[in-house]
Amino acid sequence: MKLLSRKATCNSHGQDSSYFLGWQEYEKNPYDEVRNPTGIIQMGLAESQLSFDLLESWLAENPDASGFTRNGESIFRELALFQDYHGLPAFKKALAEFMEEIRGNKVTFDPRNLVLTAGATSANETLAFCLAEPGEAFLLPTPYYPGFDRDLKWRTGVEIVPIQCTSSNGFRITESALEDAYQLARKQNLRVKGVLVTNPSNPLGTAVSRPELNLLLSFISAKNIHLISDEIYSGTVFSSPSFVSVMEVLLERNLANTQVWNRVHLVYSLSKDLGLPGFRVGAIYSNNNTVVAAATKMSSFGLVSSQTQYLLSAMLADKKFTKHYIFENQVRLQKRHAMLVRGLKNAGISCLDSNAGLFCWVDMRHLLTSKSFDAEMELWKKIVYQVGLNISPGSSCHCAEPGWFRVCFANMSEETLDLAMQRIKDFVVSTATKSSNTGRSHHLSSKYSARKSLSKWVFRLSFHHDSENER
Amino acid sequence: MLSKKATCKSHGQDSSYFLGWQEYEKNPFNEDRNPLGIIQMGLAENQLSFDLLESWLARNPDATMFGSNGGSIFKELALFQDYHGLQTFKTELVEFMAEIRRNKVRFDPQKLVLTAGATSANETLMFCLAEPGEAFLIPTPYYPGFDRDLKWRTGVKIVPIHCSSLNGFRITKAALDEAYDEALKLNLRVKGVFITNPSNPLGTTMNQDEFNHVISFAVSKNIHIVSDEIYAGTVFDSSKFTSIIEAIMDRNLEKTDIWSRIHVVSSLSKDLGLPGFRIGMIYSNNETLIAAATKMSSFGLVSSQTQYLLSKLLGDKKFTRHYIQENQRRLKKRQQVLVSGLQSYGIPCLKSNAGLFCWVDMRNLLSSNAFEAEMELWKKILYEVGLNISPGSSCHCTEPGWFRVCFANMSQETLNLSIHRLQAFVTSNGDGNYQNQKLSTRISRRNSLVVS
Repeated sequence: MKLLSRKATCNSHGQDSSYFLGWQEYEKNPYDEVRNPTGIIQMGLAESQLSFDLLESWLAENPDASGFTRNGESIFRELALFQDYHGLPAFKKALAEFMEEIRGNKVTFDPRNLVLTAGATSANETLAFCLAEPGEAFLLPTPYYPGFDRDLKWRTGVEIVPIQCTSSNGFRITESALEDAYQLARKQNLRVKGVLVTNPSNPLGTAVSRPELNLLLSFISAKNIHLISDEIYSGTVFSSPSFVSVMEVLLERNLANTQVWNRVHLVYSLSKDLGLPGFRVGAIYSNNNTVVAAATKMSSFGLVSSQTQYLLSAMLADKKFTKHYIFENQVRLQKRHAMLVRGLKNAGISCLDSNAGLFCWVDMRHLLTSKSFDAEMELWKKIVYQVGLNISPGSSCHCAEPGWFRVCFANMSEETLDLAMQRIKDFVVSTATKSSNTGRSHHLSSKYSARKSLSKWVFRLSFHHDSENER
Repeated sequence: MLSKKATCKSHGQDSSYFLGWQEYEKNPFNEDRNPLGIIQMGLAENQLSFDLLESWLARNPDATMFGSNGGSIFKELALFQDYHGLQTFKTELVEFMAEIRRNKVRFDPQKLVLTAGATSANETLMFCLAEPGEAFLIPTPYYPGFDRDLKWRTGVKIVPIHCSSLNGFRITKAALDEAYDEALKLNLRVKGVFITNPSNPLGTTMNQDEFNHVISFAVSKNIHIVSDEIYAGTVFDSSKFTSIIEAIMDRNLEKTDIWSRIHVVSSLSKDLGLPGFRIGMIYSNNETLIAAATKMSSFGLVSSQTQYLLSKLLGDKKFTRHYIQENQRRLKKRQQVLVSGLQSYGIPCLKSNAGLFCWVDMRNLLSSNAFEAEMELWKKILYEVGLNISPGSSCHCTEPGWFRVCFANMSQETLNLSIHRLQAFVTSNGDGNYQNQKLSTRISRRNSLVVS
């Protein structure tokens, strides 16, 4: 008899993909400005490290929030005991208002319809458990976040069928792509329960357009299925067009309280907008009371620490701070984005036009030796090992066309980004001139130090390959 | 439109266990504002030692201020989402666990998986050890939450190992065999035995006979043993607690197959009284299991902010040693108050040496030896006496009349009051042996006051 379950021994967690392998290589040889300047620069990590100073100064000014005190009085006991899966009311209220702020107050959120979860990872899995039986399917536009293969499918038994998007129209979702996906599912005998979109998109970095949202709503309405809109990057929209949530479109079309109203669910998190992935703060928002009720009970399996709920309830309740933070953070993201785009352009590499996210969707098709995924892998390995950049190959995001890569820009210093751009430029130049030996700059080296950097004792010692940074 | 999981009742939350809770919430006792309200005695929380934690926090502000005095590590913590967990936290945690086990067992932090509470740990283990439709055997009575945690989303089944009051609810070989046969009859493949040690709701620690039975059984059937040791720190006398790992080592089975089929669950919710912080763990020598469970912990990671705080707290060995001892002393004292209070009115409790509750024998108060009578009694106690206690049926007890009564989640005064209320109830409803003249006037006054 098998000792462990299939779930425990299979590879459905998806962690053998290149996406994670690049990570491992990075960890063996991580770049450090001082200690390992020829190491691999991590550009596969969709984290925002640009605005910690804003958070740190808020914390310094508001010691109560971290110190278990409210107006100088200790609330430690209260928090230590608080495990109500309905969540800390003050936190949910503040979170709902923060979400409204991000949407320009065009939508209102009722805290009672908000379910807190340990990160969006937990929220997405929970929704899959609530909306589909094992063996049923969700349609997802490609390219999509590699983690979905694990989060939506692994323990739930739910299947993913891709909605193929292509560069011919900027990877926008089309009616025919939706219909094709639906038919493909049928051919595979899979009952489709819904569509899941990430808006703004990971890895594209584009805000889903109004026409696409309208299309999606019409589609789910006609097929009588659900729509999950993962809006984890909603606060990272840094230039126009501004972010439009599917909730806003529902209201515009006067669909409030109709059947389709009950089949649209949002996922959110503070991991990208506030740069707090370690705190595990995610949420599901739904107008469907049954979904909220079931998801609330399921959140028992991944509640948010009350200590963290309290800290963030105070922070998000400071409206002056959040307004300033959202704005300033977006300014910084835009600057960085521009830097990456410019740097790549300088190397003759273009990016998909984007206005959101912590990454660019980069077109390296012209650098492929052939129009194939093998050539993409070949190019990717060169970039990881020779150029020293861990970027994410499009195939790991299920992109239908080879040659596209996701490159992150918000998880390193400006200097490091500069260096990365230099390395790419050098690589492109050397590849172009075809005189590989003389084209190498002193930034590249065939020998890589295997030393691990030891900046902060507690963190570097524990710096293992992990699964959460993949967004 | 929605899945079966979302619309069924498998979350088990329609049971009386939760209903009593709801009644309490409608009318909660408060010494000043609602002295006639329902006293919550269905909540297995430890509120006895917060002062110790609070004074530690006051002396160690860095632990919550992101170490600002030593150089802020806010940024690192904010970004830290590695499912392997904060190494310093895991190191301190395993030492704390060892301390609780009198250092008879040493734990390797690499074999520990952090989860958002034991709730998450238990579910994750089921996902890893069993396919949907397979079964775990669990001794009754057991924690009602298992019906949700082990079964709901996993599809795993529970088959009870019936324990009876005849031998103090101890697990017997016969009961194990019967449960196994029952599973076979139901066409269920048994993947393991799930024990809670110390037991919830019994408050007892497993004895050597029980270990012998369970271990031999698991060896012969080639199945797993999951030992939920969440109450390990609540044993009044540490020398009386034996972890499953120690039991296996005592029997020289470390080098055998069974070693990789032993899995321990724990949490800081009961020992340290921190259920809100969501700190649970799985410990196992089975590397494949640890690898899978680690990845699954993505669905319920512990906040890095909280990991950091606890790494500091548990790193203070002087503090933890003192805490463990003092906490146990206070628990023991409280338990004695409840036991003697009930005893004096002819309500015996199962002899217990751990936990945050007593397993109380109210069979004498039943109108008949039936679960309907138990429900009737429970409702009276809830509505007339004003105590929310947990009926044995909600814990799948096979004999009516037993109730779990918590003693560590209220002040001493409130506990005394609850005992008085129960005494009054017994005296007015019980048989003549317990009538007391002095009490009857107080009783009639109390009865008129206790209407809720």
